[in-house]
Amino acid sequence: MIAAYLVLLIPLIGILYFALAGHRADTGKINVRFNGICLLATIWLAINVLNQGTIISSGKAFLIDPFNVYLIVLTAFVGFTTSIFSSPYMAHEKEIGKLSDGRLKLYHSMFQGFMLAMYLVLTTNNMGIMWVAMEGATLATVLLVSLYRTPESIEAAWKYFILCGVGIAQALFGTILLYYAAVQIGDGENALLWSVLYENADKLNPEILEIAFVFLLIGYGTKIGLVPLHNWLPDAHSEGPTPMSAVLSGLLLNDALYAVVRNKMLVDGATDSNMAGFLMMGFGMLSFLVAAILLHRQKDIKRLFSYSSIEHMGLMTFSFGIGGPLATFAALLHMTVHSLTKSAIFVTVGHAAQLAGTQRIDQIRGLIKTQPRIGWGLLIGTIAIAGFPPFGVFTSEFLVLLATMHSYPWLAPLLLLGIGIAFAGLFRHIQPMVYGDKPKDQQPITANLWPVMIHLALVLWLGLAIPGFLANWFSQATLLISGSTPL
Amino acid sequence: MNIEQLDFYTQAILSMAALVGLTSFLMLGQGRLLRLIFVFAMQGFLLTLTTALAAYSLNNHHLYISAVLTLVLKVTFIPWMLRREVLRMNMHRDVEALKNNTAVMLGGASLMVFSYYVLHPIVQSSSIVMLNALAVSLSVMLLGMLLMISHRQAIAHVVGFMSIENGLFFAAIVATNGMPMVVELGVAFDVLVAAVLFGIFFLHIRTSIDSLDVDLLNKLHEVDK
Repeated sequence: MIAAYLVLLIPLIGILYFALAGHRADTGKINVRFNGICLLATIWLAINVLNQGTIISSGKAFLIDPFNVYLIVLTAFVGFTTSIFSSPYMAHEKEIGKLSDGRLKLYHSMFQGFMLAMYLVLTTNNMGIMWVAMEGATLATVLLVSLYRTPESIEAAWKYFILCGVGIAQALFGTILLYYAAVQIGDGENALLWSVLYENADKLNPEILEIAFVFLLIGYGTKIGLVPLHNWLPDAHSEGPTPMSAVLSGLLLNDALYAVVRNKMLVDGATDSNMAGFLMMGFGMLSFLVAAILLHRQKDIKRLFSYSSIEHMGLMTFSFGIGGPLATFAALLHMTVHSLTKSAIFVTVGHAAQLAGTQRIDQIRGLIKTQPRIGWGLLIGTIAIAGFPPFGVFTSEFLVLLATMHSYPWLAPLLLLGIGIAFAGLFRHIQPMVYGDKPKDQQPITANLWPVMIHLALVLWLGLAIPGFLANWFSQATLLISGSTPL
Repeated sequence: MNIEQLDFYTQAILSMAALVGLTSFLMLGQGRLLRLIFVFAMQGFLLTLTTALAAYSLNNHHLYISAVLTLVLKVTFIPWMLRREVLRMNMHRDVEALKNNTAVMLGGASLMVFSYYVLHPIVQSSSIVMLNALAVSLSVMLLGMLLMISHRQAIAHVVGFMSIENGLFFAAIVATNGMPMVVELGVAFDVLVAAVLFGIFFLHIRTSIDSLDVDLLNKLHEVDK
């Protein structure tokens, strides 16, 4: 359990350290170290869970089970690699005069604040605290979206703040209804603990839980970026600094979906109908299709990939909604591979945008000719996210498709159509950027592409063979969520 | 069921629910910012009273802490901050001409009916009083959203945002006698940070577009034109 406390303590120290200590030239590197130590702590935690199974802290405040342990490690890993990327990236932004020392201080402090909120969402056992941490993640990142202080970035941040704030208020109403159902059967202080609720799920009032789930889905769904609540997402991703886009896409969306699935498990326990699943399927499918179509109309490279994030989050929500063991397993795998691939892509996109000096797709040209590593990184990343074999995204999308054909065959054509549209939308934009002729005065920049290579290698590995311990966690989590194992 | 047969506490809660709902409607039709902020502070004060009443009647001491937090945050700090901003921007003489005021008010009324409709299944497992309390909370939330949609000033958006929070708080107090202490503290902390961030944002928006009219924040589009 010490490991879990460490995971929360390290970012907390990080916030205070960056907020109080004056700016130094190597602040970016210190940020890498904080995230590195935190990654080690999460690995220690993972080994504990591997040996002992589910851990509940003595006061029942924290719960680590196979469902969240791999997300915790994933969060720490993506946070670590993003901070490696962020260090030279932010130094470059400062060099060209876009940022001051004070802003960098704010950036690093809030980076740690965001990480703390993410760890808290994942580790807490209390559904109320989960909401508080989710809102905390918005509050930590809202000033980062407006970090450049351009009119566009302020507009994006305001939209993000208002939309996510109002959205997530719905989730609090859902949580209050959940608590209202819970106090009718049990004691007050422990009534919001997930482990207690899960044990007594069959005694909870199904009518109240169904109403509660609608609010919870709308609330956390705003954070997942489900259509029609997705409006803030492309703006926040495109206007904020690129490392932020990488962690928002790779981590925040996942954690919001995690919150929804935790709640769905309670609702499924209380009701006999598959109401929660149908709602998730509907919203998921709608997001998936709308985002795939909107991919075609984008002119900003970061907006392009944020719509791709909406598309994939829609697919995961849909898959969790189907709910059988195969679909749940596929969704868990997809959460992992999407998070790894998308953060790798945002890192490459950040470099490409610095190289071209703009984020506009029609002005980014000839990446392979200028700096082959960035060009190839972007191309391979896009191939991976579009779902080509042998990458992991292909495996998970294939499993989702199989599960759909098994349970709802009439939805399978829609799924295939969406994947096809999204593929075309991505490649019509990526191809000229990667191949095209290079503009005259375009010079290579210093870029650290190690994070990208490691992420893509992992995605490739997950596509070829899932390591035993991970597959074991996935099956256990599947058992927990859907009630039976896929294999 | 006749209202005289209920005990004093339940009767008081019902009147409070009515008053809180009324303040939401008052805010909805308000074109002057200072008056809007004043009504918002009133709503916060009603919440403080409700919380203190619940703490006293149910002998639940941690609710006193919530009452004090509400008094400090929603009756004093946030209205003070907003009021200062209005005076600084010299907007206290402006009257915002609300488009379709009648339609907005009718919309508000139908949202209230809608809240009762959505939460009606709850009656099966608990009393009518609970339905009233929860439905009023939900409608306060929805009216807060309508307030944000119908007003253009950033200040009004913040008031709407915070009144959504008020609706949630009312639900937590009345339906469940307050959430666990740790959650309430967390929520209060989030509200405080949000209020401070709004203050920072006013500064940014003002320096960026030289106004607090959020209709001028219109540079980003879903698809490029």
